[in-house]
Parts: sequence; structure tokens; C-alpha cells
Amino acid sequence: MTTAVAKRRFVPRWRDYGRPRELIVRYLLLLFILGITIGPLVWQLLSSLKGVGEDVFGARASLIPREPTLNAYRQVFDQVPVWTYIRNSTIVVVLSVGSQLLFSTLAGYMLSKPSWRGRKLVWVLLMASMMFPFESIMVSLFLSIRDLGLVDNLAGVWLPGFVAAINVLIMRAAFLAVPREIEDAAMLDGAGEWKRFRYLYLPSAWGAILVVTINTFISAWDDFLWPLIVLRTEDHFTLTLGLARLQSSSFGYDQRLVMAGSVISVIPVLVLFVITQRWFYKGVSSGAVKL
Amino acid sequence: MTTLSSPTKESGVAVPRGPRPGEPNGRRRLLRAIKPGPTADAGGAALYRRWWLPWLWMAPAIIGVTVFGVYPFLNTLLLSFTDAKPLGGAASFVGLDNYTRLLGDSDFWLATRNSVLYALIVVPLMVLLPLVLAVLVEKNLPGIGFFRSAFYTPVLASSVVVGLSWQWLLSDQGLVNTWLQKAHIIREAIPFLSDSWLILFSAMGLTLWKGLGWYMIFYLAALGNVPKELHEAAAVDGAGAIRRFWHVTMPGVRTSMLLVGTLTGIGSLRVFTEIYMLGGATGGPGGADRTLPFYIRDVALDPLTGNAGYGSAVSVALFVLTLGLTLLAQRLTKEDEA
Repeated sequence: MTTAVAKRRFVPRWRDYGRPRELIVRYLLLLFILGITIGPLVWQLLSSLKGVGEDVFGARASLIPREPTLNAYRQVFDQVPVWTYIRNSTIVVVLSVGSQLLFSTLAGYMLSKPSWRGRKLVWVLLMASMMFPFESIMVSLFLSIRDLGLVDNLAGVWLPGFVAAINVLIMRAAFLAVPREIEDAAMLDGAGEWKRFRYLYLPSAWGAILVVTINTFISAWDDFLWPLIVLRTEDHFTLTLGLARLQSSSFGYDQRLVMAGSVISVIPVLVLFVITQRWFYKGVSSGAVKL
Repeated sequence: MTTLSSPTKESGVAVPRGPRPGEPNGRRRLLRAIKPGPTADAGGAALYRRWWLPWLWMAPAIIGVTVFGVYPFLNTLLLSFTDAKPLGGAASFVGLDNYTRLLGDSDFWLATRNSVLYALIVVPLMVLLPLVLAVLVEKNLPGIGFFRSAFYTPVLASSVVVGLSWQWLLSDQGLVNTWLQKAHIIREAIPFLSDSWLILFSAMGLTLWKGLGWYMIFYLAALGNVPKELHEAAAVDGAGAIRRFWHVTMPGVRTSMLLVGTLTGIGSLRVFTEIYMLGGATGGPGGADRTLPFYIRDVALDPLTGNAGYGSAVSVALFVLTLGLTLLAQRLTKEDEA
């Protein structure tokens, strides 16, 4: 390790990175892919800044807005209940993150403990629950939500995802990494189960806690199919539903509004990403259930 | 899962992992004598003195995965033999009717074809393209962190937002058609959003585009395990970048590729939003682009004409497809390891 650190101290010059020709090809490729990956999103952002007099589409449309303006944002807040959408999405996200964190840490902790009777059974149950793709059980889920009287209710959007097996497994793995000796010492000091969980295990697993938070946040904020099934009235729409609706409704003619709405919906996730980037990447290798 | 011991924060010194639960030592025996809590049974495994304590801690998770994971599946099996309605009312047992109807339902087969085709086209591309991307951003070059983050951004946007931007890119007057016309490559606009085949392919493109960054990061972790010496040796032998990719990188991350293949295969069978955003609420002209989840929603959950029983039969078909894919992947993995 020390040699690697020492190596990094000297400031590399361009030729240390490889042959110039190879480097140029590499960067050109990177720039090309950059255009493809964030091009559409950047275009969306730029178009949302265009004034009413400018074309968004067509041969006469320019890429860069000639007179950047925030009018579209003002309008979208005036004409569309964006605040309601944001509030609804936030409610679902807060409920989901809260319950997922609470219950997956509790369960992950117990599951990381040496065997108690029935542990294997719980393990099998968790594994089994991950086998069924959501889309193949959503009909039955909807009937359950209906029987609970939660159709067109934000609680109905949240409830099926209030705890997920994958997060329990992530937390379990994190708790397993806590050295036994420390727990033994804590026990000798008279710390009970709850105290050890709260003051020893939780603080040492904060990385996994972040991963669970991020995964839950994004999937709840970006979810579309399930809210589409459960929610009926516009007052209860989440942001994704509102956006899709915006496009198909009479507002659709003014693309700037829809683009402004899209930008608004991406911002929270983007902010979260900028703050906790490293843990996003961690989440990919530990979660790994996503398309 | 990892059981790597990590250095403790307090002391900064690595602490070796303690004795496994099965091997009692002096201190643990002492602990057992003076503390309530975990004790040992005859097999040496720790047991809680209050047997219900673990169950109390686990209860919310157990209830969650049972009520919203396992039960819905069993219920789906059951429902598929009934004619239950999405808004309630008496359901009656109809035997195998739903399944016989399934066999003769051309819309169901169309949805199945779309879903399977989706997987067949998306999986190989999604296994390869992110790997190429990962190789490109693997080396620590100036500014590479920016490229990594930028390539990851599409993952952050919801499918709805991404769908909206693609809708405008691909519309008759969208950016793609405008540019192609300006460059005189085409004269008439390409009907990306009105031709049923083009909608399907555009949706696949959208899925790929949104997944690239995710699997790039996934591969990046795996690439770290490919020995550098192999690359250097191959380079000394005169192998170019492409041959090194083919003969060194790809064999080195084979296990990851299999995993990505499995995940994207299952993911492809779950596609809904992409079709909804590009093909509209009908799922393409006349529903020609509907995937299985789309079809399930249409037949089962429509408040007026919905038939949750029949929808459940389609759901079972979707599950069987997914299961088949998982088993196939498992077999491939096993062969790979052998």
C-alpha cells in the first residue's frame, strides 16, 4: 500500500499516460460517448431555458437558447400543480426510505447473528420473495391494496415496498463485517442487545445504510408503473405521473413546460448523486438488481 | 457476501476476526456465565434465552416479504383459475379456462414475442457495450472522473424523463430527423414513433442508453480483478487494443458478463415504461408494441373490462419465462465454473 501512495505523489505529465495517438483516440471516443449519453439531457435543459418565441423543434431551432429565460419554470409552477406532485413524491420517498432503513437494519442485524432457531426458514423466505418479478405479482398486489381501501392513496404506493429482502441482505453483510471482539467487549461492559445495535453496529455500517437509502430514494422517486396502477386523481399524482400526464395533456403543445418539469424532477436525485457519488457506485455492486 | 474484517475506527489497528460461534473460548464461556443473552445449545450455536427476541426484531421484514412478496405470488397462482375482477365482486372458479384462452390469444403471443425479442436484442448489447465503456474509463486519465459521472447520469433520471427527451429527439420534427434531413441523408422523416417496429427498437435503444452507466460501474469493479500482467504480456507480444479486449479482458470478467446477462435478461422481460413513453398509453399502434407487463396491466387492471383472473394467468406465464431464464443462466454459470 505504501508504495502505491508514494507513487501517486509525483505529478504525472501527459506522456506518462501513454502514446499520444492512443490518447487522442481514447479522448475522442470518450467525447463521442459523452455526447450520446448526456446529449439528450443537456438538450432538455437547454430547451427548457428557451423563450416562447424560439423553436424547440424543426429546422429553424437552434441548440443554444438565444435569450435564456426561466419563464418556462415560472409557467410550469403557475399552470400545473407541480408543488402537489413534488409533495406527493416526497411523501412516498420519505415513507419508503424511513421504513426500509428501520426494518432492514433490524432484520439484517438479527440475521447476522449466530444461529437461532428458525433462521434458515427466514433466509429461505427472503430468497423466495426475491424470485418473483414485481410485474408478475402486481395484479395480486393491486387486489390487496384494493381490499385495504388504499386505491388512489399514497400509502398504497408505499406499502408494497416498505421493506425489501435485498436491503436486509445488504445490511446483514455489513453487520457481519463488524469484528466479534468489539461486541464481546461491549457485552462485558454491560451493553444490552439494543445498545450494541444502536451504538456499535449501526455506526459501523453507515456505508451500507447510505447504499440502502440511495437505492430506495431513487427507486421510489423514479417509479412509474405502480403509482400509475394505484393512483387515480391528479391531487395524488407523483412527479413521474404528473410529467407523463403533462406530455399527453393539452399542455403538451408547449414543450418548454414539459422540459422544465423534467429538469425539476431530476434535480433532487442529481444533488444526492453529487453529494454521495462514491456510495452510488457501491450500491451498483451490492444491489445489482436493476435495469 | 463479504466477511472481510475491517480495521476498527477507534484504534486504527486491524483486529483479527473472533472465534466462530462454534468454538467457545475462555472469555465467551465467562460471558455466558455472567450475562443474559446469547447462550449455547448442545451444538455450540448461540441461542437467545428469550426465543422470541429474534422474531420480534425480524417481524416487520418477515411480514413485509410474506404479505407483499410470497403471498401475492401464491395468490396469483390461485387467481389464475378464477375470473376475479379488479374492482371486487364475487369471483368464481373457472378451472383451466384462463390458460386455454391464453393459448389462443394472439395478443398474448404478440406481447410474448415483443418481450422475448427485447431480451434477445438487449442482452448481448448490454453485456458488451458497458464493458467497452468500462475499459475506456478504467485508466486513471485526467478528467476521467468527470466522464464516469457523466456516463452514469442517465441512470439517475427516471424512465419517464428519459422517455420524454427521447420522444422529442425521435419525433418527426425532432433533433434526429432534423439533423439527418439537414445532412441530406434522408428526405422524409423516419417514423420512429409511429411505426410499430421502430417504436420497439427505439424503446430498446432507450433501455440500453439508460442502463449503460449502471453496468459500466458494475464492470469497473470486476475489471480491477483482471491481472495487469496479462495485459502487459499481451501488449509486449504485439496484441492491439481490440485483441487484448477479446483475449484478456473478456475472459477475465466472464463471471460478471454472465451475471449482467442474467440481470438484463430478467430486466428486459419487465420493460413497461419505455414502451408507454414512446408508444403511448395504448402501447404502440393498436397495442402492437405491448410487452408482457404492459399486457398484464391492460387485461387485468382496466376498471371496466379488466379480468384479474386472466391477468394472473398472463402473470404466471411471465413468471415462468423469468424462471426459465434464471435456470438457464444458472446452468451456464455452473458449466463455466466446471
